Amino acid sequence: MMRDTILRRAMPGIFALAAAFAVGGASSTAMAQEQEQYFGIPSSRVGPYSAMGTGYYGGIIDYLNYVNMKFGGVNGVKLTYDECETEYNAARTVECYQRLLNKGDQKMVVFDTLGTPGAYAVIGRMATDNVVLAQYGYGRTDAADGRVWPWVFNAAGHYWGQIAVKMNFMAQKEGGVDKMKGKTIVHLHIDTAYGREPIPAMREIAKEWGVKLIEIAVPPPGLEQQSQWLQIRREKADWVTFWGAGSGMNSTAITTAARVGFPREKMMYVTFGGAEEDMIPAGDAAKGTYVAANAAPGKFPLIQDIEKVVYGAGKGNMQNPQRVGTVYYNRGVGAAVMWVEALKNAQRIHNKTGKTVTGPEFRDGYEALDITDDKLKEIGILGMSAPFKMSCAKHDGSERFRMMQWDGTKFVLLTDWVPAPNPAFIRKLIEDSAEKYAKENNLPVRQCS
Amino acid sequence: MFYREAGQFRTSYAQDSQIFPLRQDRIGIAILLIAAVMLPFVTNNYWLSAILIPWLVLSLVALGQNILMGYAGQLSLGSAGFMAVGAFACYNLILRIEGIPFVIAVALSGVCAALVGIVFGLPSLRIRGLYLAVATLASQFFIVWALDKFPWFKNYDPAGVITAQPIIMFGHNFASPREKYWVVLAIVAVLALLAKNMARGSVGRGWMAVRDMDVAAEVMGLSLLRTKLQAFAISSFYCGVGGALFAFAYLQTVEPSAFGIDLSFRILFMVIIGGLGTIMGSFLGAGFILLMPIFLNIFFHTVFGKSVDATITSALEQVIFGAIIIMFLIFEPLGFARLWQLTKERLRLWPFRH
Repeated sequence: MMRDTILRRAMPGIFALAAAFAVGGASSTAMAQEQEQYFGIPSSRVGPYSAMGTGYYGGIIDYLNYVNMKFGGVNGVKLTYDECETEYNAARTVECYQRLLNKGDQKMVVFDTLGTPGAYAVIGRMATDNVVLAQYGYGRTDAADGRVWPWVFNAAGHYWGQIAVKMNFMAQKEGGVDKMKGKTIVHLHIDTAYGREPIPAMREIAKEWGVKLIEIAVPPPGLEQQSQWLQIRREKADWVTFWGAGSGMNSTAITTAARVGFPREKMMYVTFGGAEEDMIPAGDAAKGTYVAANAAPGKFPLIQDIEKVVYGAGKGNMQNPQRVGTVYYNRGVGAAVMWVEALKNAQRIHNKTGKTVTGPEFRDGYEALDITDDKLKEIGILGMSAPFKMSCAKHDGSERFRMMQWDGTKFVLLTDWVPAPNPAFIRKLIEDSAEKYAKENNLPVRQCS
Repeated sequence: MFYREAGQFRTSYAQDSQIFPLRQDRIGIAILLIAAVMLPFVTNNYWLSAILIPWLVLSLVALGQNILMGYAGQLSLGSAGFMAVGAFACYNLILRIEGIPFVIAVALSGVCAALVGIVFGLPSLRIRGLYLAVATLASQFFIVWALDKFPWFKNYDPAGVITAQPIIMFGHNFASPREKYWVVLAIVAVLALLAKNMARGSVGRGWMAVRDMDVAAEVMGLSLLRTKLQAFAISSFYCGVGGALFAFAYLQTVEPSAFGIDLSFRILFMVIIGGLGTIMGSFLGAGFILLMPIFLNIFFHTVFGKSVDATITSALEQVIFGAIIIMFLIFEPLGFARLWQLTKERLRLWPFRH
């Protein structure tokens, strides 16, 4: 009874303390003496997708710090950030979005959920809140139509372009598109919107090529795939496009494929399942797996400089500095480079050089992104990210990917940036889908040009 | 001193059987309700749309789960599935019936969920306890699978997600967080009042009789079939309405996997931590399970800021959250509602204890 009483006596105090902290935390105000640009970072550092979250958001934070440390910010504007843990969960992402939206008198200008579920959960709020949703190689594909989705961008490619590149790569390996006729492709995917995202484009291409497409879903979290791989075996699949999430699911696919004897050289991993963290747990079995990359791994000049400037000063965000230069890390750096370039554009377009920009100004800056090879070289990431140019209607960045293969210890880049074989075709699919969405939801369609 | 019943005499049956027999309680609840209605004028959008709306909605779902588990004693694990039924039913009703008012659509989606609940409640007549939990688990998986499998439910959206339509009633679009909050508050308040009355009326007594000993209840003339299915239907109705509100007032864009087994478990924890067989407990439990991780996250980020690796603090948050739950269950296995009840009992004596 004694300890009960103590706890009960302490309870009101604990609650009061908790409430005080919650209020204090939510309304913490930052005094801005100098010009600052605030970024909200909805990281996912725990749970099955933590390898992705720690690498990606670590890369973003490192680059923001790098810009501050090396150049003193963007034209003198310091980059600040606040983090919030989403656990890769849609409901928590909405909470984080609302929490990060305002910080003192500053407002978030860009949001990057690194995950399709989170992106879908907040996508409807962007236009009203004037925040850019920068889907760096994931998320809702038809958002590439800037007429319907002025606030959403698909830099670094989307899943429809990616699947087209992959199918083209298969055709190359088989010796031409005409050789693809009668082949069987299995799309093995996690049973979520993310896993189903490439299917519309895939079906169209398969129909055109005369390929038999079999869709097999794996219920999340996908740690048991025996029956699915036996089915793949039974169907005598020629290729498998794998759309998984989380290193547990991704490495399980490889080990199960090895167990049923499906050649890894016929497996193609999605960008968000193809990183070192997904291959290493599978051991030797992973050797030969193909992966599409929208940000190539490696120590590019910028990455080396980050190591020198940020890690040299002991300010690095990665717990394990060995991961600097891996797929997820580089992708995060690539995403942050686009933020900073967009910020530079926004300052230039709106004559606010050296000043904080607002959401609509940042949006204009992001839409004006024109990343050329020279630009990439200047930043130090030539070969890591693909060159691209956005416009009012075209909100997808590069539709180009590099194919790479796991050699047992690291990725070997096989190709340069490969575009989708028929971009007009993918574009048509995107516009049809976006128009359908606009009609169903009574959204205005912007006039471009 | 202030919280005493001395001098309050009940002179009629109506007075004796009212929900809040104590005048202080009536005043308190009136203040609470007025405060809840006025809250949007003093809080910002973050509190409304990221804290209060999901809290109210999940409280409603926890209430549904509590009716089934706490009052009727039927261990069930399918609440997120029934939420999914409600959410997708509401979407389809608004999509396919021109000009249907939102409240009607929500009520009907609750009815849809109730019908599904009755079907999955049928095994409860034969099996009990943990075995029933396993059987209801099937509903969870079946519903999410069916929603994924048949694209009609999602109006053939290629990505398999639905975008909740605007909330329109009486020709007005309830778009701002403030308006959405009021809609949610009104629905939750009415349903909570209904639940309270059911629980303390003959319906609830029937549930409790079945919970405590179903053979005895049957001997006394209660129809087990009716009582159990009634509990399943009402519980699923609450979950369905909650699911519709979760989709329309909170998430807005929903895919079936948002209503996964994780959510079912979280709702189960809300009920256990809040207090089985209490209305109040559903609200307190939902608040704890939903808000504690958020509070820990804010706490760590404000206190430690960027000086400690966020990966470590994120992991620590989960460790602490788990530890709090375990400690709480050791010290107060009957949940927050029991704590609340004890506080009230002490208040009656305060400041002159025995």
